[in-house]
Amino acid sequence: MSGIIVDPTAESASTQEITTDVSERMLDLDEDDDLEVFSKDATLADGSLFNASMPTSPASMINQFEEDADEKDIFVTVDNPESHVTAIETFITYRVLTKTTRSEFDSCEYEVRRRYQDFHWLKGRLEEAHPTLIVHPLPEKFVMKGMVERFNEDFIETRRKALHRFLNRIADHPILSCSEDFKIFLTAEASELTTHKKQGPGFLSRMGDTVRAVAATVRGVKNRPEEFTAIQEYVDTFSQKINSLDKVALRILKEQKEYLEDLKECEPMYTLWSGSEDELAEPLRGMAGCIDRCCRETGEQVNQLSENLVPALHEYVLCAETLKAVLRRRDNIQADVEAKSETLANKMTERESLKEEIDKLEDKMEFANNALKGDWERWQKNMREDIKAAFMCTAEKNIDYYEKCLAVWESFLLSQRSDLTVESSGEQDPAPQEIAKDEAPQAT
Amino acid sequence: MTGIRRKLLVVSAHADSRTPFLVQSNENIFVRMAEPVTGSEEIPAVTENDADATSEELENNQTNAMVEEGTNLLRKMEISVAEAEKRMGKNSVNIQETYTVYLIETRPIDAVAEGHNPAPDSVWRRYSEFELLRNYFLVTFPFVVVPPLPEKRAEFVWHKLSADNMDPDFVERRRVGLENFLLRVASHSVLSNDKIFYQFLTEENGWKEVVFDTGFQAKADSRLKALNATFRVKSPDKRFVELKHYSDELQSITSQLLRVRARVADRLYGVYKVHGNYGRVFSEWSAIEREMGDGLQSAGHHMDAYASSIDDILEEEEHYADQMKEYLFYAEALRAVCRKHELMQYELETAALDLASKKQQREELATGTVRTFSFKGMTNKLFGQETQEQREAKLQVLEEQIIEGEELVKEKTIECDEFVKNAWVDMVRFKEQKDRDLKEALISYAIMQISVCKKGIQMWANAKECFSKM
Repeated sequence: MSGIIVDPTAESASTQEITTDVSERMLDLDEDDDLEVFSKDATLADGSLFNASMPTSPASMINQFEEDADEKDIFVTVDNPESHVTAIETFITYRVLTKTTRSEFDSCEYEVRRRYQDFHWLKGRLEEAHPTLIVHPLPEKFVMKGMVERFNEDFIETRRKALHRFLNRIADHPILSCSEDFKIFLTAEASELTTHKKQGPGFLSRMGDTVRAVAATVRGVKNRPEEFTAIQEYVDTFSQKINSLDKVALRILKEQKEYLEDLKECEPMYTLWSGSEDELAEPLRGMAGCIDRCCRETGEQVNQLSENLVPALHEYVLCAETLKAVLRRRDNIQADVEAKSETLANKMTERESLKEEIDKLEDKMEFANNALKGDWERWQKNMREDIKAAFMCTAEKNIDYYEKCLAVWESFLLSQRSDLTVESSGEQDPAPQEIAKDEAPQAT
Repeated sequence: MTGIRRKLLVVSAHADSRTPFLVQSNENIFVRMAEPVTGSEEIPAVTENDADATSEELENNQTNAMVEEGTNLLRKMEISVAEAEKRMGKNSVNIQETYTVYLIETRPIDAVAEGHNPAPDSVWRRYSEFELLRNYFLVTFPFVVVPPLPEKRAEFVWHKLSADNMDPDFVERRRVGLENFLLRVASHSVLSNDKIFYQFLTEENGWKEVVFDTGFQAKADSRLKALNATFRVKSPDKRFVELKHYSDELQSITSQLLRVRARVADRLYGVYKVHGNYGRVFSEWSAIEREMGDGLQSAGHHMDAYASSIDDILEEEEHYADQMKEYLFYAEALRAVCRKHELMQYELETAALDLASKKQQREELATGTVRTFSFKGMTNKLFGQETQEQREAKLQVLEEQIIEGEELVKEKTIECDEFVKNAWVDMVRFKEQKDRDLKEALISYAIMQISVCKKGIQMWANAKECFSKM
């Protein structure tokens, strides 16, 4: 049960592998959120190397460049996963690098290490402070069985990219990026952060959400404004559709992998056959070579799907859940107001204090509604861009795949045809061959 | 049905229709694929997708020792298996059954060239009659690598393809396979001149009786029994041993390939078809989107098109599988010839051994010496010698047997030599045909893949265009 984390930035050639220990941890709700990795050596690399392989998910790239136009003044990257071993546990931390010109920050560059737990804490705090803002989802706590099929290395990389996106979405958000908790997350030393975390209701925020969710189902909203009903309906449908797409993409990935496995079996057969032939040996070897190259291209295609499209779609599955939660929280606020107003109507005494309370609540509700409305537009725009980018990337990869395979077969054809022209030269007008070459079998 | 690439065949025959394929075997045989009558058939050796007709023609000229030099085509005949039909009838055990019959059409090419358009002669044949014809060939021309029939039952199917003999796609593929069989036979220098073959093409009724009258079945039974027996040949012809070995390899590799290909086809089908779900979901999703709606919707259409494009792709690929299958079965035919040679060799060796032992017995009897141990010898020693008369009688019998034996050995030797000579000619012919055909198969596979890639590029470029508008 030993394995060592793969450090993508490690200059040393040691290719270390991580055991797939995850399966045991899958449903372990008591365990730490982080991916548990049992490492032989504690690799506490100094991490001073800047990760050359910047996360290049098209979505984040596009967003980053777009924000540049708006004079983005804060840049955050998440990279350099490392495992840490202590007496009690083993977990992974990520380097969080911040560069900023904002005045609230004492320095213009920060480098800290954070674990999943910390990200989760941050999210909770942000949601609590801004219940009706749409906070980008975190990658999932627990591993879904189907998703971790290769080494954990891929899983960690996927998670790292998602964490990177998470922080960047916050950094791009006009309101959320000003959050004090966000600042502390980016800048505080580990011990400072621990202290800060202990203050405030952060610890209970998880509980709070559940409680409120339960409460929401109990108390309905009576006069939900039309626009929020429209949003609710949209979210319901969107959630269904994005879940379907997520499943479709996963299914395509699965089928594609199986296709690749079976296709791989063809190449050795042609090679074997070529050993029994003389005239045919060369074309058969050529065939084997073509299939081998096509297999490699298919492998690339599979990678694209699993590293790009599938995570992108899955993120929006999580987004849908976030949206539902946001709408629920907004509803709760309104429900509060409505409930208190009702009480006011029924009570004779304490009207003054109640009225004050209601006023405050109404302010709160108005603020919340506006926040949501504003964020809603923002979210939709981001969603469009992200989805568009993910599918564009997939389409481009597929075009690339077919183009490469086309080249493979065309060169094979050329090599075989040139033999043919040599053989039958002088016997027949090569014209029919030319016609045949361009003419693909037509479907009727 | 998608266009199945065909070779062009023309079969030549003597002008005299009464004795069409007798005697001097064949003139030069041009090979041309017959479609159910299009106009352009007057030119022999016009090729569609097969650049090799002329080389085949040359090959026929050169390698077939039995072919007369020169190209005295007296009559050319078009052959095609034009249709398939279902019939009901009583079978051999008097039970009603449904079976399929195939229409064989033949027509002299000259007539078409001259501008007439005579109706083709036609006969209806069912699969079992083709089998009968083939079995007749196997027995009558044991040295020929007889072209195979399309498979009896669908094997190596991937899931969407039906394994049902009555399925129209299967019937259609079988029709093509049967036509291919006829064309191969008709282009074979030996087989094409056989009278039974000619009658198969032209005499619907009574043909079966004629075949049975040849008495080939009696030969078939004994040959079959012998072939299935295990025997060892002392001095096998090395070339045939190698060929048999090769036929085993060919059989093994083609069947493995076919199996994997079927699985790969299945998988690819899955990949394409699941994309159809994108179409559905995009369409539903587009309903709630303002800016993205149009892009999603049209991208969805392209996904649908992509998903349904696999049907044609795999149908084309089936053609490649059919070509492989033909050579899988050809491998069997090749092996059969090698086995028949072994059998002949074995019979020759047995006859020679027998002769040798008889000669030895004669010697022993004549000189009174017992060289080898035998019970007879022992009992003689124990129980006394035979009389002079008895010995004379035995010698007499032996002499006769030896003479018979020598005749037999001579016969068998000639038979064997003839067989080897003829078989070797056909082997060479077969090898060249196989090399050509399989190379062409690989080429057409590449062409097909190129087409698939081009289609894929186009579809995804279209989809990308739509995505960009989202």
